[in-house]
Amino acid sequence: MSLLTVEDLVVDHRTPGRPAVRAVAGASLSVAAGEVVGLVGESGCGKSTLARAVCGLVPAGGGTVSFEGGPVTPLGLRRRDRALTKIQMVFQDPYASLNPRRRVGAQIADGLATAGDRETTAGGMLERVGLPARMAERYPHEFSGGQRQRIAIARALAARPSLLIGDEPISALDASAQAQVATLMRNLAVESGAGLLFISHDLSVVRLIADRIAVMYLGKIVETGPTAEIWADPRHPYTQALLRAIPEPDGLGRLPEELPGDVPDPADPPPGCRFHPRCPVAMDVCAEKEPAFGPVSCWLHPPA
Amino acid sequence: MTANDQRDAAPVLSVEGLTVSIGEHEILRGVDLVLTPGRVHGLAGESGSGKTMTGLAALGLLPHGARAGGRILLDGRDLLALSQRDLNAIRGREIAMVFQDPATSLHPMLTIGRQLTEHMRHHLRLGKAEARARAIGLLGQVRIPGPAAAIDRYPHQFSGGMRQRIAIAIALACGPKVLIADEPTTALDVTVQAGVLRLLRSLCDDLGLAVLLVTHDLGVMSAVADEVSVMREGLVLETGPRGRVLREPEHPYTRALLDALPREGSATPTDAPPKDGSDALPGEGSDALPREGS
Repeated sequence: MSLLTVEDLVVDHRTPGRPAVRAVAGASLSVAAGEVVGLVGESGCGKSTLARAVCGLVPAGGGTVSFEGGPVTPLGLRRRDRALTKIQMVFQDPYASLNPRRRVGAQIADGLATAGDRETTAGGMLERVGLPARMAERYPHEFSGGQRQRIAIARALAARPSLLIGDEPISALDASAQAQVATLMRNLAVESGAGLLFISHDLSVVRLIADRIAVMYLGKIVETGPTAEIWADPRHPYTQALLRAIPEPDGLGRLPEELPGDVPDPADPPPGCRFHPRCPVAMDVCAEKEPAFGPVSCWLHPPA
Repeated sequence: MTANDQRDAAPVLSVEGLTVSIGEHEILRGVDLVLTPGRVHGLAGESGSGKTMTGLAALGLLPHGARAGGRILLDGRDLLALSQRDLNAIRGREIAMVFQDPATSLHPMLTIGRQLTEHMRHHLRLGKAEARARAIGLLGQVRIPGPAAAIDRYPHQFSGGMRQRIAIAIALACGPKVLIADEPTTALDVTVQAGVLRLLRSLCDDLGLAVLLVTHDLGVMSAVADEVSVMREGLVLETGPRGRVLREPEHPYTRALLDALPREGSATPTDAPPKDGSDALPGEGSDALPREGS
């Protein structure tokens, strides 16, 4: 049984006086224990909203999110249900996600207290993420961005999560630290037997750490599959465009290929396949009917 | 490869022994760079290595209290020795800059037409109608759809990639010789980035611009730069043609930067244990690569 199952999730953002923006429009996804799933897509495609709905930070407008067999309830003012503290999140910006006025050790100890862990110390958690234990006495401003993100990871892991969610955890870091922090997250999650949902727009990093990749476009998951398979043989035209746009540091001076056009307004998605206005191989059927199937939702690859 | 690659043009901007210090901190400790027309010079390095400062120094935009030494020569004139008044005649006219985040570098309350024509009217003394006609041409040049209608819109009405194209159009308005692009695609998605990089490269080739491309992304560097310089701690460690620096780096730091990237042929994630942070000295900024002091 999957650790996390998301089925036909719909999330609307409502602003008074404006039409509701359907950020996630029927996305399905599953994460098994010990599995690393990478969720990729352009900005504004709804990947962060999906992650927030998975841990109950935004209410779902439709569909179901179930975690370890039970539903995920929206986070309210009351104390979080014990079972749901097993979902932990690492946020994008470690400058904002750590409390600047508390020592990092105390912040990690919050996580330990949640899990009822009296044996592990905050220093021990720091050592697991590759920082010296004595740094628990320091404040967040004494650390660099990459170190802070390690602390945020230590804090999330302290609560003994069975599902760790990383919402663009590496995009605020230097290129040289990105691969390391991502690999660290993967190793720690897999070691502890937890599932990891890793959200990023950086495909090269996702490729490095994910077992499976889900590609999202305008609120829908357009392709899922094992990482190696997607990389070697991307089938959805959008996945192909994403992969072709990555500049390789090979010194050959090849310009990456451009995907013309912009992501359409999610408040007013195009009819039929959501990608068809930008798709280089769009057919007549693409403008009429939405390809509502998987693992590749494209009329070129209908299910057998 | 274009014919430009073979041409041995005279440098348009040369930076010689540039030093910048703020208080007791030495930000730049002797930077040498040469920009030639029609070539893109990439400046790589981690954050805090001084690559942005190098770009800002060329425009006289250093933060308050910074002291600069060395020389920055533009056609034989030392920019560091010029008065503010003389510098104002050069900034935006002969040297232009594109910043990282187009959402903050454009004025949110002025139409893009106003932002495109303001400096043209000042520097080139163009009339209103003439400047507007030129601005529409520029928007077409950076491939903004419907330039005649777009000129009266505000920045928030454009997407991130379009805004960066507009910022590039503004930089090009007065026909500069040198364009300094500071992380121009870092805030953009990879698909949009590809378009902006193609635009930069074609402008450089067509207009004979000398471009200083500041970026930490070696992939971006590999795609558009002709020459690459790698900076660390305010020093240029290695300079050379793109192919050599990225494929046969001489300096161990360049190699370390390349090795830190996830790329083809790298170890599978499972046999790459994270042993990195433990050897980083406390208080030092680096996560990946050892540094001296900070």
